[in-house]
Amino acid sequence: MARQHVTTTINGDEADFLCEPDQTLLSVLREELQMTGTKEGCGTGDCGACSVTIDGRLVCSCLVLGVEAEGKSVETIEGMAHGEALHPLQTKFLEHAALQCGICTPGFLVAARALLEKNPDPSETEVRFWLAGNLCRCTGYQKIVEAVLDAAEEMRKA
Amino acid sequence: MNEMIKDSSLVGTSPVRPDGVPKVTGLAQFGDDFHLPGMLQSKVLRSPHAHARIKSIDTSKAEALHGVKAVITGADFPEHAFSYFGPARIERNYWHITRAVIAQEKALFEGHAVAAVAATTAAIAAKAAKLIEVDYEVLPHVIDVDEAMAEDAPVLYDDMITRGIEPVPTKPSNISKITTLELGDVEAGFAEADEIVEKEYRTAAVHQGYIEPHACLARYDSDGQAELWSSSQGHFIVREFTSKICGIPLANLKVNPAEIGGGFGGKTVVYVEPLAVALSKKAGHPVRVSMGRDEVFKASGPTSGSSMRMKIGVKKDGTITAAEGRYNYQAGAFPGSPVIGGSLCGFAPYAIANQKATACDVVSNRPKVAAYRAPGSPIAAFAVESTLDILAKKIGMDPAKLRLKNAAVKGTPMFMGPLSHDGYGDTVKAILDHPEYNKPLGPNQGRGVASGYWFNGGGESGATVFVNADGTVVIATGSPDIGGSRASMAIMASETLGIPYEQVRSTVNDTTSVPFTQQTGGSRVTYATGIAVIGACNKVIDELKARAAKMWDVDVEGVDWVDGEARPAGSNVGEFDPLSIKDIASKAITTGGPIGSTNAVALGGQAPGFATEMCEVEVDPDTGLVKILRFVVAQDAGRAIHKAYVEGQMQGGAVQGIGWALNEEYIYDEKGRMANAGFLDYRVPVASDITCDIETLIVEVPNPNHPFGVKGVGEVNLVPAMAAVANAVADAVGRRMTSLPMSPPKVLAALMDRDGGEL
Repeated sequence: MARQHVTTTINGDEADFLCEPDQTLLSVLREELQMTGTKEGCGTGDCGACSVTIDGRLVCSCLVLGVEAEGKSVETIEGMAHGEALHPLQTKFLEHAALQCGICTPGFLVAARALLEKNPDPSETEVRFWLAGNLCRCTGYQKIVEAVLDAAEEMRKA
Repeated sequence: MNEMIKDSSLVGTSPVRPDGVPKVTGLAQFGDDFHLPGMLQSKVLRSPHAHARIKSIDTSKAEALHGVKAVITGADFPEHAFSYFGPARIERNYWHITRAVIAQEKALFEGHAVAAVAATTAAIAAKAAKLIEVDYEVLPHVIDVDEAMAEDAPVLYDDMITRGIEPVPTKPSNISKITTLELGDVEAGFAEADEIVEKEYRTAAVHQGYIEPHACLARYDSDGQAELWSSSQGHFIVREFTSKICGIPLANLKVNPAEIGGGFGGKTVVYVEPLAVALSKKAGHPVRVSMGRDEVFKASGPTSGSSMRMKIGVKKDGTITAAEGRYNYQAGAFPGSPVIGGSLCGFAPYAIANQKATACDVVSNRPKVAAYRAPGSPIAAFAVESTLDILAKKIGMDPAKLRLKNAAVKGTPMFMGPLSHDGYGDTVKAILDHPEYNKPLGPNQGRGVASGYWFNGGGESGATVFVNADGTVVIATGSPDIGGSRASMAIMASETLGIPYEQVRSTVNDTTSVPFTQQTGGSRVTYATGIAVIGACNKVIDELKARAAKMWDVDVEGVDWVDGEARPAGSNVGEFDPLSIKDIASKAITTGGPIGSTNAVALGGQAPGFATEMCEVEVDPDTGLVKILRFVVAQDAGRAIHKAYVEGQMQGGAVQGIGWALNEEYIYDEKGRMANAGFLDYRVPVASDITCDIETLIVEVPNPNHPFGVKGVGEVNLVPAMAAVANAVADAVGRRMTSLPMSPPKVLAALMDRDGGEL
């Protein structure tokens, strides 16, 4: 089947691409657009490393087809910082040593931002359950949870 | 604090890592993130059978498919002589290693690579792989370690005669090697004991579970030069393996270290790199080879499952009189489980006059095991530490005090000679001093403690330190940064040179830019690469002093290096204003040229790691679910260089141990195929599984062989964890869980069993 032409918005900018009808959004981002900040850990929606938002909704981009991005607004890790200014979550992840190897980090950041947009003042339990779809094998999660709670506090003050 | 150990204001703090920003913006490049012009995609064809003879492979239809640029099989790789080399604990054999990468005469496990295709798109490569015709003769298989050792088991190798026993067996078997370790006289020791416990244990094979699948990009040029971009725990090791497997001289293969998305030991060997190089050579284009998660589970190393028998005797006062362990570890389809390491570590925390271990290395139709965080030691510790817990209850002694009473100290005889360093007892004391240790718990709740030992590593490391004209400093090492080591290198360099952390740029460099460096493994980087960096910095200081002497026109003995600047050593030298590193470097062109130094070391002197952990659980009597209420890790770091990353190692290791204890296992169907090759069914802990803090107690008994006292922190935190959980479960519900994982059905079955056995 012919490749499909898709027009969409990525990180606020108009974008278009060609993709196979069965190609995942994750594959489109990484292979067609060279946006490799979104990671593949499993390809089956179990690890959250490929987390992006589509029209504000948190999804695993490995479970979404590229053609489904038509007319939608996709936000990826590459759109999180503004110029030199990191998002507070990015800053707090660095300050709290919330990453060791860093492969899961983009997914955690995208997922945590989606949480704080819905719930600016989450409890630790709410953070832990919201992030339960993101696997990290290095940290044991504690410093990630601390970083998210600290970022939430800072964002509430701002 | 040892006087030899340098004092410091920066060591033990937690500055932001130098490589942090690209990792939070998504710009850091991991193994699968590289593109080259004309790059081809690939697909590896893997055996659907657990055990099968490969009668023939016909690749003609695949090769004829439009867009296919290369197809390779085992025939594309040179044969290697059958020969073991290296120390017994980690011996290798290239006849096996090359077959672990791609099958030759037999497929030995489900997922074993049989052929690979490079094509213009991933879809074409996948289609072509399906067109490869492999004629298999399916053979009987064996998965379980005990079944593999049975007399009538299907054997993987018709010529595998067990090594290490007399008389030499006449029949082949799946037992590759039996190693016996002895100290003192165990029979006499058991005769002295007031209580003896003998018990059998089993542990399941578990995967390292790094989130980044294996991935690399290879380019092979027609002049024989090749280049790899690869995610690994050691790009020099990738070069060594790939060079040998593909028959390329070392100097012709440049390996660029990608950022590594977790390894835990599992990325110390090669899977995809030789395939990518061979495909690129045949295709004449760059080729990327990446695993999917199912391939990671089925075809990359987990660690061993095991069956063990443990017998330990104590006197009423708690003195351990004798200990004997039988350890059967499955190695996967090729020999080389970490069973010798496990056998050496199991009793190592204790002074036991009479001990014996029998280490059995067993092949079966599973993927070849790879190192996993203190390889072998956590498995042995589960048996040893569970048995000690039973003994403590039998003699009515606190289990931590039992351990402290028998704690090994520097000089205590062990299987491998006297223990080299103190520190173990301090980890037990840290737990005994924990304010919660003696507090009563509620119904169905229990507390357990356990300890562990790991060798830690030294070995070869190299570092280059350059001083730039503006006074900034670049450190280049060959140690992939898996959890903050660039930061710890920068801390040690800035302390040594006496300049601010921000003035040092710490980098990881390719195989053509720094001296040979062993892998990031064995908890060795902060110790060995740290010493290489510190040594290079000291050479640079000597050079800076020589340049300052020239600038002042005095003897070099007249120059001191203090707080990052050259100062006259005494008033007799003359009156000179101090020269900063920038003052000297900016004039380097007039004093002898650029300033820099390379340092390469091959080190012993590493100190072992010790950990003691306390776990509190609550067991749901209706479901068997074990909930972790509290987890405390006390670990001897020697000295913590970057505090937050040391804590992170301790927390991460503990949570991996909780996963190993409660959830994780390889499950096989009757045909020897893995039934849970995905993160949905192979369940690693998630953030909501652990609702308590993982408390970290960093014990610091410095290693005098490192300028800052470093011992190494990466691994030993995992060692006691499963036993700590099992001991807590036993304390909570009066049932001794001897088989991992302690999943809800198993715990529930134990609760239903009215004769639940001894504690």
